[in-house]
Amino acid sequence: MSGGVDSSVAAAELLAAGHDVVGVTMRLWGGASDTGCCSIADVDDARRVAQQLGIDHLVFNFTEDFDAHVVAPYVDAHRHAQTPNPCIECNRHLKFSRLSERADLLGFDAIATGHHSRIVEVDGRRFVARGADTAKDQSYVVHMLPQRELARTLFPVGHLTKADVRARAATLGLRTASKPDSQDVCFITHTGGRTQFLGDRIPFRPATVVDREGATLGRVDAVELVTVGQRRSIGLPGGGPKRYVLDVDVDAARVVVGDDADLLDRTVRIVGIAWADAPVSGRVRVQSSAHGAARPAWFEPDADGLEGVVMWDEPQRRIAPGQSVVLYDEDDRYVLGGGIAQRAARSAAEG
Amino acid sequence: MSSVADRPLVYLDHAATTPMRREAIEAMLPYLDQQYANPSGSHRFARQAREALDDAREVVAGVLGCPPGEIVFTAGGTESDNTAILGATHRHGGVPVCSAAEHHAVLHAVQHAGGFVVGVDRAGRIDLAQLDAALMAAEAAGGVSVVSAMAVNNEVGSVTDLAAVAAIVRARSPHAVLHTDAVQSASWIDLRRITPIVDLLSLSAHKFGGPKGVGVLRIRTGVAIDPLLIGGGQERELRSGTQNVAGAVAMAEALRLADVERASERVRLRGLRDRLLDRLLAELPDVMETVGREEKVAGSAHVCIRGIENEALLYLLDEAGVCASAASACAAGAMEPSHVLAAMGVDRSWSAGALRLSLGRATTLADVDRGADAVVAAVQRIRERMPA
Repeated sequence: MSGGVDSSVAAAELLAAGHDVVGVTMRLWGGASDTGCCSIADVDDARRVAQQLGIDHLVFNFTEDFDAHVVAPYVDAHRHAQTPNPCIECNRHLKFSRLSERADLLGFDAIATGHHSRIVEVDGRRFVARGADTAKDQSYVVHMLPQRELARTLFPVGHLTKADVRARAATLGLRTASKPDSQDVCFITHTGGRTQFLGDRIPFRPATVVDREGATLGRVDAVELVTVGQRRSIGLPGGGPKRYVLDVDVDAARVVVGDDADLLDRTVRIVGIAWADAPVSGRVRVQSSAHGAARPAWFEPDADGLEGVVMWDEPQRRIAPGQSVVLYDEDDRYVLGGGIAQRAARSAAEG
Repeated sequence: MSSVADRPLVYLDHAATTPMRREAIEAMLPYLDQQYANPSGSHRFARQAREALDDAREVVAGVLGCPPGEIVFTAGGTESDNTAILGATHRHGGVPVCSAAEHHAVLHAVQHAGGFVVGVDRAGRIDLAQLDAALMAAEAAGGVSVVSAMAVNNEVGSVTDLAAVAAIVRARSPHAVLHTDAVQSASWIDLRRITPIVDLLSLSAHKFGGPKGVGVLRIRTGVAIDPLLIGGGQERELRSGTQNVAGAVAMAEALRLADVERASERVRLRGLRDRLLDRLLAELPDVMETVGREEKVAGSAHVCIRGIENEALLYLLDEAGVCASAASACAAGAMEPSHVLAAMGVDRSWSAGALRLSLGRATTLADVDRGADAVVAAVQRIRERMPA
């Protein structure tokens, strides 16, 4: 229970279905925070909702695991000019790993969260399916669940729209009923932002901004803060043609820019794939951001299934390395698996 | 939840707080009900309240072995500790000094005031050689305002030799004020032995059968500190704010009874504590007593259980109806790794499984047996289910 409305109503739905429910809030980030899901005010909200529902509420301290598996890799990825998704890594390593191990230890049968996604069975295997509220669908961020986790995971609000969730919370008189959705990375403050967070942890290095032919166009102060696809703040004078970041080469301290046509790729290679079931090849839909559209493609895994290549039906904007790329079935109903986008080949970036 | 409801709780968390004694409740009721006057008033009704407050002060002074004028009533242990550290520093300048195993009410106040934090020995007591060196350095750098050494550690129960601490402080920093956080002491140690050694001493009523929100700061005659709270000048201008007459009366009664019963309770509870520890050591592998029994107070049983996470252990104990604790909880309610065990140099593989079982007046033989049963069962269950 994060202290938000979705997990509040998830707990209420479970109770209504007759489950024996214990609310858990994970304490994840021990550093400075003015936002996110583990502020004291949010824990207060989670506890109060649990009290209102008449269930126990526990707080588990997973700050060390969060540092090791989410924050440190986040910083390290930026050091290598990658653009990670820490919320996905938190789901992978904390909610559906650390917490589920703890739940096993304590004798719980299942873990429920307030994600807007569902679990469907296809030919006897389970898959994460899109939530009923397509605008709020969160299947992308819980794409990494294997069969073992899928068998004991519940998404009690996945069949509801966000409006339904809020209405149910209001009916129950829960204090979280009209609480705004959390949009932020919990360990990054509003006041300092990503720049200060990373600046406190890694030395920023300036970089040269060049075009595809290698001609210098400008400079940026921190190559670690530049993301593929970015258009603003790349050290170029205004008034010129629209330029996008095509590639970030940390070792060479070089940012390559080009126009939007240069940004289009026919393929993207993904690594570290987590499959719901066995590796899949063939026609898929592919989504590469939390609320982006899933585009048709062909997927070809390597022999071991841990890496592979997405071949788009139509060229797509380049995906920043480090982003999660999630494969859905051809009808775009449920998740087959997902991995991390690799940097596009330099030859492609430089023409 | 339902499995626990039909059996009484086994309460083994007396270091966190104690149940209020019936006598203390009876003593305070008239001052909540009929006798509600403000003791600073100028009518006869107020004078009655004033008399009750003065009586309470005299009782507390008697148990501490000091003149009544040295007793300042506060709103609890944290306020007493904060007033000692910040009030002495504000008054005298220089920096405060304490050990790394102090309660946060002292430790964070010392850090807040830019003070020195000194290491501890394997039992969590201030390291005397390091204290000596720190005082020398601090004196050279501009002086020491106050040295604070806890009488009994709230987590592991170890007893500090305050006379030895005092000898070093008086020799190295003759102008420094010496404070002890005696919040965990009243049930176990004759306070008359401590009071003469130190200048300032903190107590908290709810640790010995009194109500929450009341405490004592004893300030030795002739020792000056500044108040933390400023206003109407109550408590001889050392603690402004209308006095909590009912709380002070209840605290005095609880302290008086704790003093009377201390010797016999100590013997009884040491027996129960030893039985509890002996069972855990006999029935579970990889359990260590964090501090030797001869070095700690009678009611304290603190063990480290290797390879266990105490959040999981506490959950299972809670499910079995046993109230225990580990280290302190953070503001969000999560368990924090113990700063005391870290300061003592206990390896994380052990300290992650720290368990504090603290006994008190209400503890029975049945309690410690049920407590031991529950700990053994919970640890065995966790070890069985833990991924290899």
